[in-house]
Amino acid sequence: MERLQYEVEARGAATARKPVLVGVTASGNCEVLVEAGGAPERCAIDVHTAAQGFGPIWQAVLRDFGERHAAGGLKIEIHDVGATPAVVSLRLDQALEAWEDDDA
Amino acid sequence: MSNKDTNWRRGVASKAARVARTADLADGRRVAAEHATALLERVIEAGDRVCLEGNNQKQADFLARALAAVDPAVIHDLHMLQSVVALPEHTALFDKGIAREIDFSFSGPQGTRLASLVEAGKIRINAIHTYLELFGRYFVDLTPNVALIAAEAADAAGNLYTGPNTEDTPAIVEATAFKNGIVIAQVNELREGLPRVDIPADWVDFVIVAPKPNYIEPLFTRDPAQISEIQVLMAMMVIKGIYAEYGVKRLNHGIGFDTAAIELLLPTYGESLGLKGKICTHWALNPHPALIPAIEAGFVESVHSFGSELGMEAYIAARPDVFFTGRDGAMRSNRAFCQAAGHYACDLFIGSTLQIDLQGNSSTATKGRIAGFGGAPNMGADARGRRHESAAWVKAGEEARQGRDVMPRGRKLVVQMVETFREHMAPAFVERLDAWDLAETMGLANPPVMIFGDDVTHVVTEEGIANLLLCRDLDEREQAIRGVAGYTAVGLGRDRKKVDELRARGVIRRAEDLGIAHRDARCDLLAARSVKDLVRASGGLYNPPSRFRNW
Repeated sequence: MERLQYEVEARGAATARKPVLVGVTASGNCEVLVEAGGAPERCAIDVHTAAQGFGPIWQAVLRDFGERHAAGGLKIEIHDVGATPAVVSLRLDQALEAWEDDDA
Repeated sequence: MSNKDTNWRRGVASKAARVARTADLADGRRVAAEHATALLERVIEAGDRVCLEGNNQKQADFLARALAAVDPAVIHDLHMLQSVVALPEHTALFDKGIAREIDFSFSGPQGTRLASLVEAGKIRINAIHTYLELFGRYFVDLTPNVALIAAEAADAAGNLYTGPNTEDTPAIVEATAFKNGIVIAQVNELREGLPRVDIPADWVDFVIVAPKPNYIEPLFTRDPAQISEIQVLMAMMVIKGIYAEYGVKRLNHGIGFDTAAIELLLPTYGESLGLKGKICTHWALNPHPALIPAIEAGFVESVHSFGSELGMEAYIAARPDVFFTGRDGAMRSNRAFCQAAGHYACDLFIGSTLQIDLQGNSSTATKGRIAGFGGAPNMGADARGRRHESAAWVKAGEEARQGRDVMPRGRKLVVQMVETFREHMAPAFVERLDAWDLAETMGLANPPVMIFGDDVTHVVTEEGIANLLLCRDLDEREQAIRGVAGYTAVGLGRDRKKVDELRARGVIRRAEDLGIAHRDARCDLLAARSVKDLVRASGGLYNPPSRFRNW
């Protein structure tokens, strides 16, 4: 098991809200947990992955995620159970859409 | 030499001599199963072209075993003709020196074995064909001397009932029987009063009741439970961004979970977009269980099939308005006709592949595997001989011309649908197809490409749709492909500015450009979530093979 830690620039700050966990847990091939807390212009992401040697791909996936979403000030934890980048991106988008939704 | 001196009947004489050698083995057309190998040793001669029936569904497996048991000292150097190389006996023929060369279409399960036989110099692969191409050659330069076929039942006269899995039988028998060849059928049973006659006795030389029913693989059954959200997302993009966009009514789906997801979204997502009756009404398709909900929802008017699918018999028989059925109620499939239908009468083919290069060429040949093509190239190619018009065909043609002052003609939509990474993080997009290496191994002049890039009109991945019709040059085509290639090396190598420009022009369309939210790509959108749901949707008529039953 490899643990990778990233900080990416976010498109904007996420709306402040009480720290809660959002995401798609126990979904079989990838889990994403989102909580508030951290610098508002950056998003901190912790990746737990079984696959070794895909650091550059993770970097690119997360950079694009930061460009897509106002995820500044969020802490995100990803448990990838052998998920492809496509699945990881989808889960991240779903988690952020849920975060923004619950916010309204 | 005058015509009088020429012997124009060598084939007739050869056939008569071969049949005469079987006098002590055959009772009329009937030969006992234990004499099968002896029969083959009498009627086959060294160097013969032997067609062994077997596709990815029905297999003349008993006759394959009987052939693998002949004495290689007597029967050798055979030239095998086969739609599919699927069984261990098929490759054993080469290991034992019974056969030396082969012309075939597809070799799914034996692909690796085939590659090692080539390496060992035990087999000569003359060519890998599409089904239609191979059938075509049966009538030109590869006419079989002997055909070994499979049928469900025979009557005392030797008429054959092939039932729902008629498949390749008519094409093989016609080519063999009418050119002095010998047709030997393995049947599951003798039956008086066949439900219908699929092959007349007059075209059949010998019938053997096999000790066990012929093997049939349920190849087209996909458990909806295994369809992923990514596949749902891609299927939504295909339905909204391609099927609705072009008004695709007549089509063929390749095999796999990607296309099963489309089939299962028609009655839900497709219906919600108001597409019932506007898309997917007429199909050249095997009876996919995943199509049941769309049929039940009234989406589908007609389905013609290459072969049948285990468990679908009663459902098909109960839906004669949709499927092609005989007087007996059972389906009549026919691979040759369905391939022709898929090529000429369909507006769209969509399928998956293992590798796509920067120009959109695709291949299922990967390192150490000689997989072949099956029917994909017939479906996945623009039909240059097509003349009749349809809205989808005309629109695709217009896009391909983009206002250039050339003779207007339509285009077939050929869609490649892949996730950017397959399992074990194998990238679907590559700079160079493994097919190049395979060409070298096999001594081919050209790499065995399944679908050529210039026939592909759209590439769909989880990242979006690349419309290759709208690309103005090869460089744009490359960037359009890179632009949907995700985080593969090919995708990461994109020119981001050019890709943005292609997106602004609608050459690349992302899910959000189509008004599809990622969060809506949920598996509960599928009209069936399990095989049991499919059974329920069929009103209990679908009877899945036991391996798909987990209840």
